[in-house]
Amino acid sequence: MSIFIDKNTRLLVQGITGRDGSFHAKQMLEYGTKVVGGVTPGKGGQKFEGTVPIFNTVAEAVKATGANATVIYVPPVFAADALMEAAAAGIPFIVGITEGVPVLDMTRVYPFVKERGSRLLGPNCPGLISPGESKVGIIPGRICISGPVGLVSRSGTLTYEVVYQMTRAKIGQTTCVGIGGDPINGTNFIDCLDAFEKDPKTEAVVMIGEIGGTDEQEAAKFVREKMKKPVVGFIAGQTAPPGRRMGHAGAIISGSAGTAAEKMQAFEENGVAVAKRPIDVVDLLKRAMR
Amino acid sequence: MNIHEYQAKDIFRKYGIPIPPGEVATTPAEAEAIARKFGTTVVIKAQVHAGGRGKAGGVKLAKTPEDAKSIAAQIFKLTIKGLPVKRVLVTPAADIASEAYVGIIVDRASKRPVFMASPAGGIDIEEVAAKTPDKILRHPVDPRYGLQMYEAMQLAFFLYSDMKQVRATAKILMQLYKAFFENGGSLAEINPLVTTPAGEVVALDAKMVIDDNELDRRPDIAALRDESSEDPAEVEARKASLTFIKLDGNVGCIVNGAGLAMATMDLVKYYGGDPANFLDIGGSSNPEKVVAALRIITGDPNVKAILFNIFGGITRTDDVANGIVTAIKQNPLKVPLVIRLTGTNEEIAVKILKENGLSAMTDMDEAVKKAVALATGGKAA
Repeated sequence: MSIFIDKNTRLLVQGITGRDGSFHAKQMLEYGTKVVGGVTPGKGGQKFEGTVPIFNTVAEAVKATGANATVIYVPPVFAADALMEAAAAGIPFIVGITEGVPVLDMTRVYPFVKERGSRLLGPNCPGLISPGESKVGIIPGRICISGPVGLVSRSGTLTYEVVYQMTRAKIGQTTCVGIGGDPINGTNFIDCLDAFEKDPKTEAVVMIGEIGGTDEQEAAKFVREKMKKPVVGFIAGQTAPPGRRMGHAGAIISGSAGTAAEKMQAFEENGVAVAKRPIDVVDLLKRAMR
Repeated sequence: MNIHEYQAKDIFRKYGIPIPPGEVATTPAEAEAIARKFGTTVVIKAQVHAGGRGKAGGVKLAKTPEDAKSIAAQIFKLTIKGLPVKRVLVTPAADIASEAYVGIIVDRASKRPVFMASPAGGIDIEEVAAKTPDKILRHPVDPRYGLQMYEAMQLAFFLYSDMKQVRATAKILMQLYKAFFENGGSLAEINPLVTTPAGEVVALDAKMVIDDNELDRRPDIAALRDESSEDPAEVEARKASLTFIKLDGNVGCIVNGAGLAMATMDLVKYYGGDPANFLDIGGSSNPEKVVAALRIITGDPNVKAILFNIFGGITRTDDVANGIVTAIKQNPLKVPLVIRLTGTNEEIAVKILKENGLSAMTDMDEAVKKAVALATGGKAA
């Protein structure tokens, strides 16, 4: 079992003929993801890699393929439109990989998607992977193995680092989800924690946060109030200076709010085991699942 | 991206917000000439991307043009929070009856633009929020409809009771929202918004921060960037599509991905060292980026050791290895180098490094420990 995606996920790739879209579409196909169609306006009727049909619009693609998920690789200025097109076509699960989407665009996309009942993951996220079943996005498949731990993170490569260390210690994953580093995103920590709590195969959860905002603090409260499964947490940015955007648009300490210290304290107070280093996640998981 | 007060005022003026006249000077003589033209007491304001300009001596009154010249000369000598003053704004001094605050930001929690208004203007709004939160009215705006007049009136009534002032303020708020939205703001603020003894409502200060993600589609706004007011290394990094932030330590860090870059800095600190910087080479890894990254890091005289931490996903580690080799051939390093890489094309990367007399580690903790030890002369853990 897994969350959000599994063997039955039928995926569209929006921007499948672009540089990033085509590269990762191939990787997903190789991993075994059911990529049922691509969308690039003006290239409808062609085939990607000789097998995957390309459509001009998402609505057409959904009608022809019965897709139930989509992943978006279009450039930042077109991303808001692509996200809204997917939601308007009724796709229940939308993954936005694109980095650099203007935040004011997202203030309009978020309610649009929500009102149509779709779930949005991202934007500016690496996507997700349910090892052995399906991968949507850009997480390298070979660092993951199937197992009992769910992982949710705001980061990309830091997620790979932690997953890699877990895999080396033979701790497998149900699903690894990257929620993205932007200030406004579709799916937050609580959404993922809730899904992992309900997933019968997930026995423990790893939550990787970073400076900026209050998502981790609220997630910590959720762990205490609503979760029975153990949660291990790590926060990046303990040495980050205030007022500077640390790469991710959302990774910024405003005034004195959103520091790593404040988030780690919230973890501790609410029963989330705090890893001081990425490698400590492994030991804390072993202890939690004993 | 931060823009200067005078630039924000130019934008606000275009939207019809009442702002006193003002001109920018880059020398004391220019300040004097502008003061003479206004023929009244003027305020001279340092144009730097830092709060607390007043406390730092960067905002001063000048009664005569001669005063304006000598005061401007003093202000040009200041560095405010590490930033040199290259420009001053000269503007006629206003008579003030009351000071208020109005501003708009994108709020993460409500995922909307949120207006804030407070009758306690002229001081740091975060301080007002911490000490007297009941003096701030917060109002989220649905960005699909924009700020409506009834909402602007609600906010204005929180500040004033005089109907003329309420209407004038509501109009200013509508204009401010438009300026914010149409220019890709992540913050737009007027602090203070003042009333004059004659009852006029006027914006005495203006601040705007632009969402970096908006700049590609707004070249006119992107052109407002003042590189002379930024750290030269950060300017160079941006041109090479790197994200770089200078810090005070001595372990230079070059990492792919923002989260891993922060975690690497944290680990340097954990093992008793101090990171010299945040540097994210991003997802794609052409060797030129690596060359630029090494040039920037080695330009910092504090750096005593350099640490690469690369987790290859989209980033190909062989590209990074090639970049390192090229950079060192161009410019031999004077400080020790520790390379940790794992992931995509790792075997090729290791081979490239070996052929060039370099070695790579695979474990992040071991690599960080080694870099810290080298930076501190082998004394740390």
